[in-house]
Amino acid sequence: MDSYDASESTPRQSTSLRPEDYFIGATFLQKRLESVRKQTSFIPTPPRRKIPHCSQLQEDVDPQKVAFLLHKQWTLYSLTPLYKFSYSNLKEYSRLLNAFIVAEKQKGLAVEVGEDFNVKVIFSTVLGIKGTQRDPEAFLVQILSKSQLPSENREGKVLWTGWFCCIFGDSLLETVSEDFTCLPLFLANGAESNTAIIGTWFQKTFDCYFSPLAINAFNLSWMAAMWTACKMDHYVATTEFLWSVPCSPQSLDISYAIHPEDAKALWDSVHKTPGEVTQEEVDLFMDCLYSHFHRHFKIHLSATRLVRVSTSVASAHTDGKIKILCHKYLIGVLAYLTELAIFQIE
Amino acid sequence: MSVLRPLDKLPSLNTATILLVGTEDALLQQLADSMLKEDCTSELKVHLAKSLPLPSSVNRPRIDLIVFVVNLHSKYSLQNTEESLRHVDASFFLGKVCFLATGAGRESHCSIHRHTVVKLAHTYQSPLLYCDLEDGASRPCCGQPMRHERKKSPP
Repeated sequence: MDSYDASESTPRQSTSLRPEDYFIGATFLQKRLESVRKQTSFIPTPPRRKIPHCSQLQEDVDPQKVAFLLHKQWTLYSLTPLYKFSYSNLKEYSRLLNAFIVAEKQKGLAVEVGEDFNVKVIFSTVLGIKGTQRDPEAFLVQILSKSQLPSENREGKVLWTGWFCCIFGDSLLETVSEDFTCLPLFLANGAESNTAIIGTWFQKTFDCYFSPLAINAFNLSWMAAMWTACKMDHYVATTEFLWSVPCSPQSLDISYAIHPEDAKALWDSVHKTPGEVTQEEVDLFMDCLYSHFHRHFKIHLSATRLVRVSTSVASAHTDGKIKILCHKYLIGVLAYLTELAIFQIE
Repeated sequence: MSVLRPLDKLPSLNTATILLVGTEDALLQQLADSMLKEDCTSELKVHLAKSLPLPSSVNRPRIDLIVFVVNLHSKYSLQNTEESLRHVDASFFLGKVCFLATGAGRESHCSIHRHTVVKLAHTYQSPLLYCDLEDGASRPCCGQPMRHERKKSPP
C-alpha cells in the first residue's frame, strides 16, 4: 500500500527521481520508472475515456472458432509475461504438461474419486483474438479425457479449458524485452485442481506468476455502462445488477433487473460524446438507477457494494468470473479485462 | 441551515475540538476512540456528525478541525461529504479541514476511484490521509496524524 501513502509526498519524490534518469539511461528500468511515476502523479487525471470496441481485426474472428468461448463461465487471472515461450514448441509443451499432470495426479495431490487418469493435453493457438498486430497470438490449453478403448478414436470429453490472450496490451508490451511473451489475461473453465496444476507448471516452466483477478465495484459499473452502450440486434438477457449490503450477521443481496431496451434508452439519454465513454456518463447512468431505486424503496444503493452485472453482451462477478454472451463484442470485453489485468500486474 | 465558521466563537482554554463527519457511525466511533486514547497535554473533544449542517439548537464549543471521512467502498459517503462541504465556510479550508479515506486496502471492494478523492482534496486545498480502520494496528497510527493536524491549527 506504499503507493497510496506516497501520493501525498509525490511532488518531492518526482524531483528526486529525475537525476536517476541520467544514470540509468534509456533502458527497460527507466521505462518502468516512468510508468510508476505517471501512476502516482499527484495532479488529478482527467476523467477516463474509453473508445468502445471496434477493432479492425474483429472481422478475422471466425464465429465458429470462438463459439466455444461463449456462454461459459471463465475465472479470471492476471499473468506476468512468460519467459522464453515459443509458439513453435506447442507440441513439446503438450507432452511436458501431460507428463506433469499425470505425475501430479499420481502423487495423490489432487485425487478425486472415479477420476480418469488418461488425459490428453492439447495446446493450440486461437487466431484473431487480439487488439492490434503487436499483440501476441492467443493460445488455448485443453485437457481432454482420453478414451480407454484403443478402437474408439473419438476425441474425449473436454475436462478443462484455459486460454491466454492479450488485447491492446501496448502499455505492457513496451516495457518488456524480446524474450518475454505478454499474455496478461488468463481465463480458466473447469476444476480448480486442474487450474492449480496447470498454473504450477506454467510458473515453473516460464517463470511467470498467476494471480486471481478480482473486479471491484468501480470497474463493474464501467462494464455495465459500456455493455449497455453496445448496439444489439436482439437482446438475449435482461440487464441485471446485484448488490451486496454489508450487514450482520448475514449479508443481504439486492437484485435489480431492467428490461435491456429501457437500460439502453437510459444510456442514450445520458451519453453525449459519440464513440467515447466518460467517467461522468458512467456515474450519471448509475446515479439514475440509484435514485430510481431510492424513490421506490428508500434504500441508498450507493452505500452498498455492486457485486454482479449481467447484460446481453456479457456478465461479470466481482470474484473475477465472466461469461461472454455475444461474439460481436468479444474483443471489446477482453480489451477491458486485459487492461484490468495489466493494471494488477503493474 | 447554518454554515460552520471557524472564528464565530471564543476558543476554550487548553482544549481542542475535532469534528468527524462521515456516514458510518461505527467507523467514526472507532476513530474517535483511538484518538482519545492518545496521550496529550491538552484536552481533546471529539464530536461526531453524520452530515452537515449541524443542528443549531445544540450548544457546542468552537470547532478547531473538521475531518471528513470518506469510505472508498461506498459512493454514498462521497456524495454525503460533497453535500456537507457546502455548509463549511471558506476560511475553514485554511488548514482546519482534513480528508480521511478509508478502505483503500481492500481494492476489490472499492466503488470510488482513488483519483476522485485525490481530486476532491486538491480542489479544497486540504490534506488527504489514508487509513484502514478495520485493522487494529493502523487505528492508533491514524490518531497520530489527526493530532498533528490539530496542533498545526492555531489554538
